[in-house]
Amino acid sequence: MVRVTRAIEFSASLRYRAAGLSDAENRELFGLSAEQHGHNYRLEVTVRGEPDPKSGMVMNLVDLKAILQREVMSRFDHKDLNADTEFFKDVPPTPENLASVIHEVVAAALPAGMFDRLRLYQDADHYVDVVDDDGAVA
Amino acid sequence: MSVSSKSAMQLTRRYKLPAAHVLANPRLSGAENDEIFGKCANENGHGHNYEFEVTITGPVDPKTGQILPTEQFDNIFAETITERYSHKLLNSCGSFDALVPTSENFAEIVYQELAPALERRGSVRLVRVRLTETPRNFFEYGDPR
Repeated sequence: MVRVTRAIEFSASLRYRAAGLSDAENRELFGLSAEQHGHNYRLEVTVRGEPDPKSGMVMNLVDLKAILQREVMSRFDHKDLNADTEFFKDVPPTPENLASVIHEVVAAALPAGMFDRLRLYQDADHYVDVVDDDGAVA
Repeated sequence: MSVSSKSAMQLTRRYKLPAAHVLANPRLSGAENDEIFGKCANENGHGHNYEFEVTITGPVDPKTGQILPTEQFDNIFAETITERYSHKLLNSCGSFDALVPTSENFAEIVYQELAPALERRGSVRLVRVRLTETPRNFFEYGDPR
């Protein structure tokens, strides 16, 4: 079993808004994160498998790059996560929720069984991992 | 929206913590400490820009969209770890009375001190602590994945 990771970076704006709360209530709950702001996100997607005997590859990185372009970059890069996507109408675009959305669309686009994990950096000091339990060692 | 039951969500925050230490075992002679620890045994101390990456897991609160609000995470680390060790000589902090303050021991002690403070937040569980001593070495304690 070999793991292969591809990284991309995208920039987006966002504000945290919880369902049913007023502007003042969101400001109270989330502080500055309730105001429109932005991040340079870094996404690392890891796939796993045995290298194909002919190509020597777990997965052609050209194909992984195309999936990440289509599923992530086109949806989120230089977009406002609240206004330009359908995912954050009822839940705030926290790293946890954004990683969960990315996990759903990327895992569905990958060949079955290949998703291993993803790591989404909001910045160098804050990141979220979504780890497939089938490959877990603990 | 939720991560499928086959997947786990983890949240990591990184914290800086400059501190000093002396790598020497008080039960050994000066010559023995020099033999084991080399320049790290300098009795006047030396220091590092320690960095901790603290990884937790738990359910994402449906209202806040977070495993633990960042401000609470930061406050717990500051109160439990930063106030105790930042800008200190680790050998004098009490935790290392019977231990050499290597980064192996420092990582484990921080894990043991942080776990109960974090886990008082109900559903939060500490997964691992990674301690980076210099850009060329780091130490982890807890679940590897």
